[in-house]
Amino acid sequence: MIMKLVAISLTAIFVQNFVLVKFLGICPFIGVSKKVDTALGMGMAVTFVMTLASIMTYFCQKFILVPLNIEYMQTIAFIVIIAALVQFVEMFLQKSIPSLYSSLGIYLPLITTNCAVLGVTLLNMQQEPAYGLIECIVNGFSSGLGFLLAILLFAGVRERLEFSDIPKPFRGFPIALISASLLALAFLGFSGMKF
Amino acid sequence: MTSILLPALAIGAVGLVLGALLFAASRLFHVEVDERIEKITGCLSGANCGGCGYAGCSAYAGAIVNDGAPIDRCSAGGQAAVDAIAEIMGVEATAVEPVRAVVMCSGTGAVAPDSYDYYGIADCLAASKLQGGGHKECSYGCLGYGKCIDACSEGGISIVDGVASIDGSACIGCGSCKTVCPKHIIELVPKRCKVYVKCKSCDKGPAMKNKCSVGCIGCKLCEKACPAGAITVTNFLASIDYDKCIQCGLCAEKCPRHIIVNENAPAEPAAPESQAV
Repeated sequence: MIMKLVAISLTAIFVQNFVLVKFLGICPFIGVSKKVDTALGMGMAVTFVMTLASIMTYFCQKFILVPLNIEYMQTIAFIVIIAALVQFVEMFLQKSIPSLYSSLGIYLPLITTNCAVLGVTLLNMQQEPAYGLIECIVNGFSSGLGFLLAILLFAGVRERLEFSDIPKPFRGFPIALISASLLALAFLGFSGMKF
Repeated sequence: MTSILLPALAIGAVGLVLGALLFAASRLFHVEVDERIEKITGCLSGANCGGCGYAGCSAYAGAIVNDGAPIDRCSAGGQAAVDAIAEIMGVEATAVEPVRAVVMCSGTGAVAPDSYDYYGIADCLAASKLQGGGHKECSYGCLGYGKCIDACSEGGISIVDGVASIDGSACIGCGSCKTVCPKHIIELVPKRCKVYVKCKSCDKGPAMKNKCSVGCIGCKLCEKACPAGAITVTNFLASIDYDKCIQCGLCAEKCPRHIIVNENAPAEPAAPESQAV
């Protein structure tokens, strides 16, 4: 069991990295990666929401969708649940843990219906053999960590790009996209690894 | 029929339950927000420049209401903002002195030579870490890579002939540029003060010869000329006490290097020294 969880975790972080291999969650990856600080905040928020969303959607699938035979409503049901969950967490944090709210708060609404978050919950349900609750949580958390790793690496690269002598046509977004593709190329090295 | 009704009802029910939960949560976790914070935020400049020392306008407004922060920190909003905040908070308005940032360096390319060519990162901080505090002979002068340009929320700074120049009319006095300048040559000068020493060099007169042809040499002529006793020369650099200065401009006339600027004076011909390089 432990070995299986480790394998799920390593796969989610490196081999099937959400941003660099599956190309999900690109918009916060490009949008919030100008500084390492904000990238860290965004990555933490995504990890947090992915973990919680994995738990909630697992219960939704098991107790609502499967018994009623309406698994095909997954996408809509999960979006509604994730959106409500993020709103709830935001309110809860604001009241109970203001310090965490002030560091994560502005990022939470941004990832309400982020495709990476929706993606991890949908993929959780498509596994063969089917994932249990623990596996879903580990997969959600590790996918978040993979996002965190990717956005942190990319933010570090972009901070350095600020001071580089870049040819004029490539300044700004073009060079950011090029470096993102190179980063993705590096992660391609993990592909094919089996645990 | 059930194949449509069932999912619609199920998802509808899920949505309804979640909505009810969120409503309950919003009541349960309701955080009291002082309405004065929003009002004060509205009075501030909205530039989010950080000149008050807080993260932004709303952070400063929160600090005023919750922590009793002084109400006169918004230099961008000026007297109008202070008056409005005083009214909201029910306290006495204090007089606020509008300020503007001035780059205290006159060492343009023609008058302040370089001691070496710099090809590194085009950034003041990086350049200032090198030998001699930068590529200029004068170790105090502006390096001209524009760290202040990026810091300015108003877009009022430009590099003119190798030295940063601040548009006094655009400046809101937030001091962001002053904070980021690694050479510490940007100063906040009261807007009413038109006379200032546009140099930060503490080099002695003889040493100054090959570094900058206009820099202050600490000759003390201005100190003697000043009828108000507002000028003191310390470390071979004249400095003006803006509280004492009466804006007569005598120091600017007396200065042999023409490094004291008097904005009130009619435009004068360029200093002879600056032409003889």
